[in-house]
Amino acid sequence: MKKNIFATRWGIIGVGAFIGVLAALLQRLGNPGNMGICVACFERDIAGALGLHRAGVVQYMRPEIIGFVLGSLIAAYLFNEFRPRMGSAPIVRFVLGVFAMIGALVFLGCPWRAILRLAGGDGNAIFGLLGLIGGIWIGTLFLKGGYNLGRVQKTYTSAGWLLPLIMAGFLILMLIFPQIKGEAKSGILFYSVKGPGVMHAPLIISLLAGLAIGFAAQRSRFCTMGAFRDLILFKHAHLFFGIISLVVSAFVVNLILGQFHPGFVKQPVAHTMQIWNFGGMVLAGLAFALAGGCPGRQLFLAGEGDGDSAVFVMGMIVGAGFAHNFGLASSPKGVGPHGIAAVIIGLIVCLFIGFTMRKKVI
Amino acid sequence: MSIIIDAGGLSCPQPVLMTLDKIKEIQKGEITVKVDTDTSKENVSRAVQSQGWEVADIKEDREGYQLTIRKN
Repeated sequence: MKKNIFATRWGIIGVGAFIGVLAALLQRLGNPGNMGICVACFERDIAGALGLHRAGVVQYMRPEIIGFVLGSLIAAYLFNEFRPRMGSAPIVRFVLGVFAMIGALVFLGCPWRAILRLAGGDGNAIFGLLGLIGGIWIGTLFLKGGYNLGRVQKTYTSAGWLLPLIMAGFLILMLIFPQIKGEAKSGILFYSVKGPGVMHAPLIISLLAGLAIGFAAQRSRFCTMGAFRDLILFKHAHLFFGIISLVVSAFVVNLILGQFHPGFVKQPVAHTMQIWNFGGMVLAGLAFALAGGCPGRQLFLAGEGDGDSAVFVMGMIVGAGFAHNFGLASSPKGVGPHGIAAVIIGLIVCLFIGFTMRKKVI
Repeated sequence: MSIIIDAGGLSCPQPVLMTLDKIKEIQKGEITVKVDTDTSKENVSRAVQSQGWEVADIKEDREGYQLTIRKN
């Protein structure tokens, strides 16, 4: 039997370190502060580039996300792990994706960015991470109680290709309609002229970094939600070593590059309303736990043919549209006008899903 | 006769939960666990080994993998 070295203890530690170093470098090369990689923020930027929301400061077709899916696809094919499958409660996954995004945008970051914010010295991230752990803990209670979304079925190879093809299409759009300096639109794509959306590493570097991370994460099964879930549920620290390695490596590179700025106030793309930093991530953590993966992992699973994860990804992108169109997303000034209501509604929806979908597996 | 856990089509952590529940129930013996992804195969293997069980055999078929796990 062939051994997957990425799935060993040192494999996951190596992948975590690799991601941490690349994230810090991507920030150095232009990505926003403590946002070398943020799956939620970058999917939100993609929603902006497509015009699904019109928040002018967050519009950019982030190549990292495209790379994550395509890198995973390449790894899955190379190692004979591409398994097209779908049919495990797709609408539930879509709704979970929507609320995962809303929760993440109330905090201003997904679990990946929460870790990177901590590695950059942003103390507010501690509250987000505590919320994340709290949300995942609630998710494990549902899992112990028999919660599951049912079995997948095998499907056509071409069905497993759909999200990778959508991502390839996004990349082609970006090449046809490249960013024009100072212009808010190029062809059909929207771009930012100020704010975090204008901050990005060069396209080719972002894409290559995304491909490399997608490849490594598919092989190692890197998952920031699974790290805490497995620790709480099984006392298994395997995936947890990956995120520890990520935070340490990003911290060290941040120190070297002068990107470490400890404190709570005036942190980049962050607010100090700690209850909602916590609350937003409780919602996101619970939604990720109920959906079986962090936002990165959902992209990597979609790359290896999982159509349900692809639906979750689409849910997140649409959720970003809701978040900005309805004033749910936070800004450095604090939570949006309807962010608190959205977190409460999202928690009620997640609890409804958790309590009612606990069919015993036959 | 060996006990069979059919975790095919279920994503993690379900296969691990089902396997660990059965291990707790029978304490020792032999179980066949059916999974359909490499991730589930690795996760179940890692989980049972941490409980002192051995992965005696892994068969690959059209549906995925059949793991034979054992504790004497």
